[in-house]
Amino acid sequence: MKTDELISMLSTNIEPVKSERLVVMLIVSLSVGAAIAICIMMGMFGTPAAAFRGEHVVLQAFTLLFTLGLVVAGSRLLVKSARPGQSARGPLVAIGMLFLAFLTAACAALIAATPAAWGDMVFGPQWSSCLLCIPLFALAPFAALFWAVSRGAPTHLARAGGAAGLVAGALGATVFALQYPSASIPFVVFWYGGLIIACSAIGALLGPRLLRW
Amino acid sequence: MLTNAMAIRSDEPELRALMLAALAGDASSHKVLLTRLSALLRSYFRTQFGRMGRAAADAEDLVQEALISIHTRRHTYDPSQLLTPWVYAIARYRLVDYLRRTKSLRATVPIEDAETVTTDDARAATDSRIDLNVLLAQLSPKARLAIQFVKLDGLSVNEAATRLEMSPSAIKVSVHRGLKALSSLVRQRNRT
Repeated sequence: MKTDELISMLSTNIEPVKSERLVVMLIVSLSVGAAIAICIMMGMFGTPAAAFRGEHVVLQAFTLLFTLGLVVAGSRLLVKSARPGQSARGPLVAIGMLFLAFLTAACAALIAATPAAWGDMVFGPQWSSCLLCIPLFALAPFAALFWAVSRGAPTHLARAGGAAGLVAGALGATVFALQYPSASIPFVVFWYGGLIIACSAIGALLGPRLLRW
Repeated sequence: MLTNAMAIRSDEPELRALMLAALAGDASSHKVLLTRLSALLRSYFRTQFGRMGRAAADAEDLVQEALISIHTRRHTYDPSQLLTPWVYAIARYRLVDYLRRTKSLRATVPIEDAETVTTDDARAATDSRIDLNVLLAQLSPKARLAIQFVKLDGLSVNEAATRLEMSPSAIKVSVHRGLKALSSLVRQRNRT
């Protein structure tokens, strides 16, 4: 086939293309994934109520700031990763700063407490359910986001997969936080943060396999 | 690379204007754009192939792969950004993907045969080893006819819809799916 023939074929009867399509697809898959995760959470635990009682409000706001901040920064990384030729430095720095800031807060909270209380703060009462539920709630967003990114044109597949995993993990943690009032700041940062990083690592490993085009 | 980068920068505004018109649905701009980009891609792939000691003639396979990628993924271009970095990122991705696909096969070619493998290629410089008719035959009948009518014979979507007794939107979907399938067939074909 001559290249000229290919070019004529490709440019015959073309349709207008909207460049917002990619972002719309990502938002839709993010919403669908979140909705499924919330349904699973409510099926398991019923309507969230305890998490919003007065005594937990500050810690709850702290938790949601952490997880939703990662959802937003991760989504920006995801959009950049789905478009060829865009620098990812901005969102990567933002994600790093978020982790650093919350890690600092967690360490400060530990320092302020007596060493005897550290065990209870880090291994709060719900570490095992957190370990199970966050990956479970992240599953649907993970699949939906991988689908959406594969509709784009990721050129760094591990980065794109890692970004999808990060957003999915952060969404899973957000949904988990809606149900479970957090025990302490260090608990949120170490467990939620650690599981979000684990989801991101799995995404980075799967990216080169699943996102090829 | 420096001269290359300078060449890109000088015609960037022109190429970008063509791209924006093409995204709005202007077929003649799209054609001019793809023709101009094919020249950029050809020199990029030939340079890269030259460096790796591969036959420059094989570069045309990649030019065509990259053109199909640019066409089918054009919705991933952000109109607020420069066009050429987007094009080169796709070209680089196609090159890396091509090398990964051909690596194991290359490794099995003995050194003494490699000479003949890389030099026996006498085909015209802008021709690829892809035979469109052979590829089209591998598509589903619906996609094949939709592409034949709309993309090769130049019928309008409505005319093709009447002939195939399908709705215009179903024709558009068939053409879109057909092109995607073609691009993966082209990549499989270029494996050897």
